[in-house]
Amino acid sequence: MSRRDGERTGAGVPLPLMVPAALAVAFLVLPLAGLLVRAPWSGLGAQLTAPGVGSALRLSLVSATAATAVSLVLGVPLAWVLARSRIRGRAVLRALVTVPLVLPPVVGGVALFLVLGRQGVVGSWLDETFGVTIPFTTTAVVIAQTFVAMPFLVVSVEGALRAADARFEDVAATLGADRWTTFRRVTLPMVAPGVAAGAVLCWARALGEFGATITFAGNFPGTTQTMPVAVYLALQREPEAAVALSLVLLAVSLATLLLLRDRWLGRAAA
Amino acid sequence: MRRQAPLALLGCALLLVGCGGSDGRSSTLTVFTAASLTDVFAQLGEELEEQRPGLDVRFTVAGSSTLAAQLVQGAPADVFASADERQMAVVTDEGLADDPTVFAANVLTIAVPEGNPAGVTGLADLAREELAVALCAPEVPCGAAAERLLVTAGVEARPDTFEADARAALTKVELGEVDAALVYVTDAAGRPDAVDAVEIPQADAAVNEYSVAVLTDAPDPDAARAFVELLLSADGRRLLADAGFRQP
Repeated sequence: MSRRDGERTGAGVPLPLMVPAALAVAFLVLPLAGLLVRAPWSGLGAQLTAPGVGSALRLSLVSATAATAVSLVLGVPLAWVLARSRIRGRAVLRALVTVPLVLPPVVGGVALFLVLGRQGVVGSWLDETFGVTIPFTTTAVVIAQTFVAMPFLVVSVEGALRAADARFEDVAATLGADRWTTFRRVTLPMVAPGVAAGAVLCWARALGEFGATITFAGNFPGTTQTMPVAVYLALQREPEAAVALSLVLLAVSLATLLLLRDRWLGRAAA
Repeated sequence: MRRQAPLALLGCALLLVGCGGSDGRSSTLTVFTAASLTDVFAQLGEELEEQRPGLDVRFTVAGSSTLAAQLVQGAPADVFASADERQMAVVTDEGLADDPTVFAANVLTIAVPEGNPAGVTGLADLAREELAVALCAPEVPCGAAAERLLVTAGVEARPDTFEADARAALTKVELGEVDAALVYVTDAAGRPDAVDAVEIPQADAAVNEYSVAVLTDAPDPDAARAFVELLLSADGRRLLADAGFRQP
């Protein structure tokens, strides 16, 4: 009861925590305020209806959502393997799959070329066998975003799995459920909030992805030009346009995250 | 995003270093230079350091538009060398420099992977549907030049990607991911082992002029003027010519 009261009035936060927390808020929020102050409000309509803005925004939303879907399908099983299985070299595996977190995304883009490019190990085979080339296509955008964003989902789901009580799974096993059924019916529902939070992180990272995308997918309006790429190029010629585009991206991602939180994530991810 | 944050940090670091000189005789000259000048300027810097013991010449390398934006935001520097006049104008219009000198010119060429596997012979090939082609984005100087050149030649190019700068376009050629890219003559000349260049007869339709200026608030105006003099000297001209630059 007393904890609730504390939450409501804001009391009970010790000063040594309050001061740095307030500084952190200022540090994170002031640059956004700077964008709002510098925004070319009077010319905003013209900036936002400029050709290419709509298609860049649509491409960003579609590709980030696709990258999140791919990350869920592949990343949740990987997180389970990292958290629950007893395969050898798990620690090394975990370090390897989180490398994209620290790799400069531009280098990630070059690495994707070396595997999936026309001259790449897998890419040249695809080209010769099926006549398919990946770079400079929307598929390449999704691949680049997935490469950079999936580790966020994996790390977050693995954390949820480790925190979840494994005894429920043991009980399910003693009641005759095989491991696949246990995973579907017991484990997954138990870590659902962690999966949702990881998916949101992954989506947000994919939406903001720039370096790997512009390297591996290039930049072509309608096909591969996402919002961050459009912002970077606008910055070269017309900083006001870049600020306007950033505001759109900001508004859309804030709205989406708030909506998701209220609709599906409940308090777990708040 | 990709470039500005690290460069801003570098700028801060340079400022700290500049203030840290203790014996009063050592000093730092900071040169903001367009990426295409990197190699020539590095040699000139070494030459100037030999002439002036105690002087440390440092370079901040980026696209001209990024550099101009940083200077307008107050980045400390002594010399600015821009790859096109528009970006130099951004700096002089703010009163940060006056009297820029045009010292070199650059034209475009078609860079192709070594051996020219797609058999590119001229600008008209950039319109071939089956080729993967990279151009610079129209927002950056080499893209603006490419646009002018293609319009003059009456070629409707079918690019697969608009790259953020000439070096990025060249990288795609080196990796063999595109069959042709329009880049500066000097970019292609700098990588003779990795790419071949197909000369463009109409290249004179789009000439980029490089200009240099000492900044008004240069911390070391004396060394800054010495650097510009060296650049304009016979030595400087020879180095520029060797790298593929034209005389203005």
